[in-house]
Amino acid sequence: MPGASEIFRAFAKIGITSFGGGLVAYLRDALVTDKKWMDEEEFLAALEIGQTLPGLNSVNVAIIAGRKLAGPQGAVAAALGLILPGVLLLVVLGILYDRFRHNPNVAAALAGVAAAAVGLLLQVTLKIGAKQFLNLRDLCFVLGTFYLVAFHHVSLPVVLFLIAPIAIILCRPSKPKPNT
Amino acid sequence: MKDLVKILNVFCLLSLLAVGGGSAVLPQMEHETVSLHHWVTGDQFATIYSLGQMAPGPNMSMVALIGWQAAGAAGLIIALVAFYLPSSFLTYGCSFIWDHFKDNPWRASVQRGMAPITIGLMLAGVHAVGKTACINPNHSTHFNTITCITALAVTGILFAKRINPALLMLLGGVAGWFLLRGH
Repeated sequence: MPGASEIFRAFAKIGITSFGGGLVAYLRDALVTDKKWMDEEEFLAALEIGQTLPGLNSVNVAIIAGRKLAGPQGAVAAALGLILPGVLLLVVLGILYDRFRHNPNVAAALAGVAAAAVGLLLQVTLKIGAKQFLNLRDLCFVLGTFYLVAFHHVSLPVVLFLIAPIAIILCRPSKPKPNT
Repeated sequence: MKDLVKILNVFCLLSLLAVGGGSAVLPQMEHETVSLHHWVTGDQFATIYSLGQMAPGPNMSMVALIGWQAAGAAGLIIALVAFYLPSSFLTYGCSFIWDHFKDNPWRASVQRGMAPITIGLMLAGVHAVGKTACINPNHSTHFNTITCITALAVTGILFAKRINPALLMLLGGVAGWFLLRGH
């Protein structure tokens, strides 16, 4: 079993190289293919937990994998390795942003980057929501949530504790059919 | 000091409400940090979000820069800890007992039911960032046309081609530098 420092190094490698997102794929490559610290099934189980619980999927998977490999120290090492490099780069970008944002050239370039980021989020949303957009009941929830949150500032707790339960109950497990 | 406590509260809450990943809390985060607490302007929020998308690692590490704008270095650390620690603790704890409820039929229902809600929240996130980054009433029609075209071009290219999004964001920056200067 790897120690905390080896776990930190493995996750930091992802934290440094994962430009442009898609961290789950990087995690799978590192944990399953490269290091063989988990098999495919264990990884999918970790991902399932990570997706169901609050928090970022990638960080949650790192916590679960780190814990499995080296207990609490492993979980801390994995999460820090994944998060810290990006934060350091962001701090540098943030300092540059503060210093140069009133420069018209920089402001114009940043406006272009910000617009591109909106396009990226739109694409990700449409891609992972493809199934939901094609189902009428799901589409009602998609558009209803969008309308209430974007235009009426309905808060996230209200969405999660009032609207989500309705959607979940509509998808409740069917009674097991006898003799099938 | 009062600000630090507020940062702690806001990001702890967002951490525990981030069901369905980070993008789902974007509208709430924008509302809290821009409209309610005025830690950043709408423009700054959109820019900080886009910087987070460019940097490696989890894209929501951009909360660090919001904390920093709100209260300096202490704000940065508190925003990060508050955003990542609560959900991580929860995951750590739940990973022990997961096997007990993994075969519960309600788990599939929760996932099925939550999926459209998450997508709706993400669309609201597009709106939260797009209303300053793309369709900004303080900018000229010309400016807004170019930003909208840039955004839609990125969406289209990503559907058509497997390309690293960070590269497209850099291209967006180049396009902005060429087309948006002096507007």
